[in-house]
Amino acid sequence: MKITRQNVEDVALLSRLEMTAEELDAYSGQLNAILEYADVLNKLDTKGIEPTAHVLPLKNVMRPDEVKPSLPRELALSNAPEAEDGYFKVPKVMEG
Amino acid sequence: MDLFKQTIHTLHERLTKKEISAVELAKSVFTRTDVVESKIRSYITETREQAMAQAAAVDAKLAKGENIAPLAGIPGALKDNICTNGVKTTCASKILANFVPPYNATVVDKLAAQDAVITGKANCDEFAMGGSTENSGFFVTHNPWDIERVPGGSSGGSASAVAAGQAIWALGSDTGGSIRQPAAYCGAVGLKPTYGRVSRYGLVAYASSLDQIGPITRDVTDSALVLNAIAGYDAKDSTSINEAAPDYTQALVQDVKGLKIGLPKEYFGAGIQPEVAAAIQKAVEQLKAMGAEVKEVSLPHTEYALPAYYLIAPAEASSNLARYDGVGFGHRAEGSDIIEMYKKSRSEGFGPEVKRRIMLGTYALSSGYYDAYYLKALQVRTLVKQDFDKAFGEVDVLITPTAPTTAFKIGELSDPLAMYLQDIYTIPINLAGLPGISLPCGFVSGLPVGMQIIGKPLAEATIIQAAYAFEQANDYHTRFAPLGEE
Amino acid sequence: MKYETVIGLEVHSELKTKSKIFCGCSTQFGSDQNTNVCPVCLGLPGVLPVINEKVVEFAVRAGLALNCKILPFSKFDRKNYYYPDLPKNYQTSQYDLPIAVDGYLDIEVNGETKRIGITRVHMEEDAGKLVHSGTISNSEYALVDYNRTGVPLIEIVSEPELRSPEEAKAYLEKMKSILQYIDVSDCKMEEGSLRCDANISLRPVGTEPFGTKAELKNLNSFRSVQRGLEYEVERQTEVLSEGGHIIQETRSWDENKGVTLSMRNKEQAHDYRYFPEPELVPIVVDPAKVESIRASLPELPDARKARFVADYGLSAYDAETITASRAMADYFDATVKAGADAKAAANWLMGEVSKHLNAANKSAEECPVAAVQLASLIALIDKGTISGKIAKTVFEGMWDSGKDAETIVKEQGLVQISDEGAIVAIVDGVIAASPQSVADFKAGKEKAIGFLVGQVMKQSKGRANPELVNKLLKERLAAL
Repeated sequence: MKITRQNVEDVALLSRLEMTAEELDAYSGQLNAILEYADVLNKLDTKGIEPTAHVLPLKNVMRPDEVKPSLPRELALSNAPEAEDGYFKVPKVMEG
Repeated sequence: MDLFKQTIHTLHERLTKKEISAVELAKSVFTRTDVVESKIRSYITETREQAMAQAAAVDAKLAKGENIAPLAGIPGALKDNICTNGVKTTCASKILANFVPPYNATVVDKLAAQDAVITGKANCDEFAMGGSTENSGFFVTHNPWDIERVPGGSSGGSASAVAAGQAIWALGSDTGGSIRQPAAYCGAVGLKPTYGRVSRYGLVAYASSLDQIGPITRDVTDSALVLNAIAGYDAKDSTSINEAAPDYTQALVQDVKGLKIGLPKEYFGAGIQPEVAAAIQKAVEQLKAMGAEVKEVSLPHTEYALPAYYLIAPAEASSNLARYDGVGFGHRAEGSDIIEMYKKSRSEGFGPEVKRRIMLGTYALSSGYYDAYYLKALQVRTLVKQDFDKAFGEVDVLITPTAPTTAFKIGELSDPLAMYLQDIYTIPINLAGLPGISLPCGFVSGLPVGMQIIGKPLAEATIIQAAYAFEQANDYHTRFAPLGEE
Repeated sequence: MKYETVIGLEVHSELKTKSKIFCGCSTQFGSDQNTNVCPVCLGLPGVLPVINEKVVEFAVRAGLALNCKILPFSKFDRKNYYYPDLPKNYQTSQYDLPIAVDGYLDIEVNGETKRIGITRVHMEEDAGKLVHSGTISNSEYALVDYNRTGVPLIEIVSEPELRSPEEAKAYLEKMKSILQYIDVSDCKMEEGSLRCDANISLRPVGTEPFGTKAELKNLNSFRSVQRGLEYEVERQTEVLSEGGHIIQETRSWDENKGVTLSMRNKEQAHDYRYFPEPELVPIVVDPAKVESIRASLPELPDARKARFVADYGLSAYDAETITASRAMADYFDATVKAGADAKAAANWLMGEVSKHLNAANKSAEECPVAAVQLASLIALIDKGTISGKIAKTVFEGMWDSGKDAETIVKEQGLVQISDEGAIVAIVDGVIAASPQSVADFKAGKEKAIGFLVGQVMKQSKGRANPELVNKLLKERLAAL
């Protein structure tokens, strides 16, 4: 067992996904299979190997500090499921 | 020959010679869609009105005697994960079913600069996650060569549209093979550029360090023409290569004399459909006869590339897809508080494959597992890249099958892992950021076989030339999917 | 059991660039909601960030001013968590390779200088603002304004080397001063361009291991920081003294009630799942560039204070007060350069000038009285043209009208009367009119002279030279 049902439940919460009990079981099984397969990576000795986060040797890509036009507010809100008074509206938020 | 079966370069000549009009061409393509779409289902959204207006504008230019760009008036489709201003962009997901971007992807602006005609947004696997387009949140696309089979994925709709005559060209995106593999399954030419060669601004991110936009076309010449239109530096993309792109049509030379071709032995082992292997071998023999030098090379870390990819890509995706939460755009479900709203919106909006990858990625990044999974995968990525660097010290290009089999049947691969294994020959190229092209090199039981040519970073011209030479020595590019609707 | 307080501060400062960190939207404070937004800072599908070069420059400046080492290779990482003020549900920040590390700043508390270590300075993007209908706990919905999303921040983390709420306040004041001096931030806590979170724990005096810490949030002013920490020291002492344990948690300071309240943990402990930001490439700051930025730094508060003490003979306290704000220190320098005596200038700045600036909520650079004008006012006092007391009236006039001291003095006829003959005339008049006070004084009540001096000043409309009045009054009284 690479990943327990509890792990999957925790991960689902971290990802803000809701799962029924059957779904939890199904995903647990599938994720386990994938992680078992990924286990082959442990056969490799990667000590001292630099991780590649970026495949290009780019660095220092920057832009000048210039103001560019913003979106008109109606466009910014055009896809909002709910808006009020020029704000995006969301349900009750607890302390974060 | 019907207009909708022709190539960009042929049609461009005919337009400039005033043999046909752009409006006529657009109509031909739309009529074709009317005939075949119920069988194929390439499109999520069609933009006929805009397309006709774009076509009319090109005709107006031609009437005035103005010069027109190579893609002017030529109808093409865009994968529905490429943002189009004012036109619904869904990524084939219920969570973006009604999302209308207020801006264009850079490639869309570049195509507009050439007065290209856009026919619509093509179906794909949801958020580009998949190898068959069966993961689309809306409907499955069918392979024009055999409608009971998949067109490949994730850019299945782009490839099927081109293969069925519903578009002359298309743009797809490729993270682990999603341009090359559907091109192979649909008998088209699919090119994934070097990472950073084409701007990703406006491409809805799946795995940021792997994604690239590229052309799916009927032949290599068209591929070079579309690549010319979309390649180049973009200041809005920090991972964009700041080097001018050359004119890729200069590489359309039918010559492979002295070209050193490497065949990575790890790509010709078990798991490959024998007829596919045979088709590739035959193609390589032909290239040899044309003057290329062929040798076996080794990419020893090949077996680790796929598992590494299935940790890196989902990890990045889990973060890239966190923004789909019902707050500012996209599907929102009812919730008594925001957390409930997040959970319900995302659970209702995402399909199972997307959920699977989000959870896999979240797990790989989580505290206690980061080193064992994500970091380890990034180290393996270095090794995979080093393999290619070493091989390119000995050869100019690598040739492999694009996929282990020809197109499989819809519903055949229900096990996620089995589906992942289809990407075995394309994934390493994304990990290393290299350019790769797939073109048809044969048929097995009426189904196209794709050959992949891989080059060094920024060596699109080399792989285009090799592909062109092979293509012109054969006639696979002239064959059309027998939809029986002619 | 005696406990030692251990405090570490995390300061967030908004950088005063014109545009946001990853897009060209304006950073202007106070705009209408959602009018300074674009696809990039809204986190719409398909967008990409591009870093603002000024942000990197300002971050390096801050690092250097805080005596840090600038890392030659620095990168961005994603901090993943869900909250509606964060459009992408991740914040692009820096995790393991921040732009600057291992610095310090010095604070003075009770006349002692203490060095507080700074662990790191890193760049990150700000989140948006939530507006609640009602309070955060009872409102049914919230409204989100993304104007602030993407405003560039630097986060400055101190070592846990502060040992009292007083030290914490001094640290914060020095930090604000330095950041203003190098002109990277406005540092206005009331506008949110300077924010502070605190970590505080107690340990028995003489022991080494740290106690369990509480994180304090919602400290919205320097005063709140001090009061919040003082309350926490009390609270934690009480808990520990009764044999209890401190829970590691986040607590919010309630300004009205004067207490910290536990913030209900609505989800599991945060697992931020940091990983390298794939959309941004690393920052490699070239050493020559670092040196050129270092060379361009202005004289920092401590150096300036030392110079004021050495060159102008100011007391440490006066120098500290005047150099707290760069604008004030610049004003002082300018006043002295215009010829004013340093001590007099310092007194005026800490006195009348500050009083007026505070009342008008202005900073020294907005002072309607120019430094040269103040210098000439001081010169007038020096010359005896006006008394110190009258000078205050003149200053008011200068503040209100913008005119020179000489002009006001002339217009209002405030030239000091120093002619002995004129003063004697008034003195004699007052003596004649105040027989009771004269008698009291003669009878030995020394204090009765105060009334007589007051009368002379009143008669002369405050213009008589006070020293002469005293001298002549005594003479005339003695002569009776």
